[in-house]
Amino acid sequence: MPTDTTPFAGQSAAAETTRAAAPHAPVAARAGVALSCTGLVKRYSDVTAVNGLDLEVYAGECFGLLGPNGAGKTTSVEIFEGLTRPDGGTVEVLGACWGAGHDRALRSRFAVQLQETKLTEKLTVAETIKLFRSFYEHGRDVDDVIRMVELEEKRDARVGKLSGGQRQRLAIACALAGDPELLFLDEPTTGLDPQARLKLWDIVEQFRAHGGTVLLTTHYMEEAARLCDRVAVMDQGRIIALGTPAELVASLGADQIVEFSFAGDVPAAALQALPGVRNVRASENSYALTVSDIGSALPALLAELQRHRAEIVTLTTHQATLEDVFVSLTGRTLRDA
Amino acid sequence: MPDAAPAAQKSERLHPLVELTLARVREFLREPEVIFWVFIFPVLLAFALGIAFRNTAPAKLRIAVEADQATGAQALTTALARSDEIDAQLLAPAEAAQALRSGKIALIVRQTARAGDAPPPAGAGPADAGPRSSTAASTAMPSVEYRYDPSRPDGHLARLVVDDALQRAYGRTDVARVRDERVTEPGARYIDYLIPGLLGLNLMGSGLWGVGFAIVTARMRKLLKRLAATPMRRSHYLLSFVLSRMLFLFLEVMLILLFARLTFGYKVHGSYALMALLLLVGALTFAGIGLLVAARPQTIEGVSGLMNLVMLPMWLLSGTFFSAARFPGFLQPFIKLLPLTALNDGLRAVMNEGATLGGVWLMLLILLSWCVVSFILALRLFRWQ
Repeated sequence: MPTDTTPFAGQSAAAETTRAAAPHAPVAARAGVALSCTGLVKRYSDVTAVNGLDLEVYAGECFGLLGPNGAGKTTSVEIFEGLTRPDGGTVEVLGACWGAGHDRALRSRFAVQLQETKLTEKLTVAETIKLFRSFYEHGRDVDDVIRMVELEEKRDARVGKLSGGQRQRLAIACALAGDPELLFLDEPTTGLDPQARLKLWDIVEQFRAHGGTVLLTTHYMEEAARLCDRVAVMDQGRIIALGTPAELVASLGADQIVEFSFAGDVPAAALQALPGVRNVRASENSYALTVSDIGSALPALLAELQRHRAEIVTLTTHQATLEDVFVSLTGRTLRDA
Repeated sequence: MPDAAPAAQKSERLHPLVELTLARVREFLREPEVIFWVFIFPVLLAFALGIAFRNTAPAKLRIAVEADQATGAQALTTALARSDEIDAQLLAPAEAAQALRSGKIALIVRQTARAGDAPPPAGAGPADAGPRSSTAASTAMPSVEYRYDPSRPDGHLARLVVDDALQRAYGRTDVARVRDERVTEPGARYIDYLIPGLLGLNLMGSGLWGVGFAIVTARMRKLLKRLAATPMRRSHYLLSFVLSRMLFLFLEVMLILLFARLTFGYKVHGSYALMALLLLVGALTFAGIGLLVAARPQTIEGVSGLMNLVMLPMWLLSGTFFSAARFPGFLQPFIKLLPLTALNDGLRAVMNEGATLGGVWLMLLILLSWCVVSFILALRLFRWQ
């Protein structure tokens, strides 16, 4: 639980140590469940956006919902936030249920950053944060919040004059003003340049370091890998994989991905039989091999291609990532899904 | 209420309703176009209309005499031009018809008797109409034809005035002695009629646009959704619009009244307190209607259409620029029940005629009913996303 009196922008040495020592502490060690849902269903007229979602987010962890656009991430999060009513299933947020008569009290304990919100352009940064701060009985000092998100220089600038990254930090500042226990971030870095993204990650990590719980959605693998203790991969309204980023990558049973394209004719079965190859995915004139032992697989692959008189056009290898997990689970990439 | 902020906090926290209202006010004041439409435009309108309809001596009626080959038309024109109520000019038939169609003249006089029927000699006005002229009239009775549009007020008026002047010129004598006493006291001028109506119209416009636009914009920007995810009381959000309207109401009204006072010597005859009460209830009512109109639309286009639908009947029917009494009788009960009619009538009664509460309670009741109904409906229908 974050405390009122120590804003984390204080950058205390203790906080730094905590963060450095245990950025991804074992989940089992943390006590309590911040959010849970079972059998969550949300249908719109023509699509089922959420299709039987079960989820548990532990207090103090950063939980990532990973998936392509349209996977149901935003709908799920808005149900958690009490903005959308589910058609079925149960949700418990910070030990409370929506519609039980304590909605307002519940809303004062978490905060959100919504994907599409555009804050009023005519107000300044400080005015905007003050406005949001006024909704919360207990919260952080406005200037402290401004310092946390490094907008000191823009304190009196109109929102309309801010860059994309600054606006996104302001959105998070508005969320932090109420000193929440739980923070929902819906694609917080979509559309930001790498530097702005890094700054934002910093802010989230500092919030974490003070015991805050984060649920974030993203379709950036690096983001999930860097920020999240656990990740749920979502596709078509349900969870298709769940675990720590390392666990998920390990589930591929491989640490390298070899992708190559060629001119010629090579049967997939021939590649599957090569030493160290765990899986083969074929697309038009190109293959992606999931490889557990690159040292033996690569020479064998080259020899095999030569045997079939196939000419290599491109060949790349990289460490397996969450992206590869998604691809192996769905056969689609995150961006084009 | 969450007023008791912990002492540990550095900056004091204002009540959310205050912060929301401040945000409204800031947003409003930082939008130059809005300032123009809410504050400057009504004053310009009052100025333009006040000048156009100012009470100087009534303008002369413009009429035409259709020219013909004979000299008769010219003489007729001269005779008519002698009247100080008539501005007569000699025009070719086609020209005259065109001028009548376009409203430049109110009436055409056309001679229908045979050429040579001379009107009385120049100088023979009504003043020296004696037995001689009456003999002349009986021997050579001229005959003319009037062409005018009787549905135009000036057409009808011109018919009466021209005929009177002609008949006198041809020798008709008055049979009764009359004397004119002209009354042009302040309070009975057009500008006096206009100012209360302009206040009402402005309250309606700024209430509906000010509230409706801001809410639909916030909905489009998903700001409403963001606010709905905070512990903010929803009633505070809606109330902030009402409060900010109250603040601007004061400015709007002062500006128009001060301008009317300085430019046209406009004076409020009745009680200022009662006027303020009417204005307050009126502003509340239109803020409520604004909330109602903005309760659902997802786009600016959508809300604009609704606003026009709501405002257009009142623009036309509620007696802002001219009296609603001119509309047919079966419409009158409906017109009386419109909020802007109630506000305009009430304001006029108090400001121009010095009416007391007893004279305007019905208008207040109509306004309050609109106010309560629209607020309740708005709260029911309001969509946060």
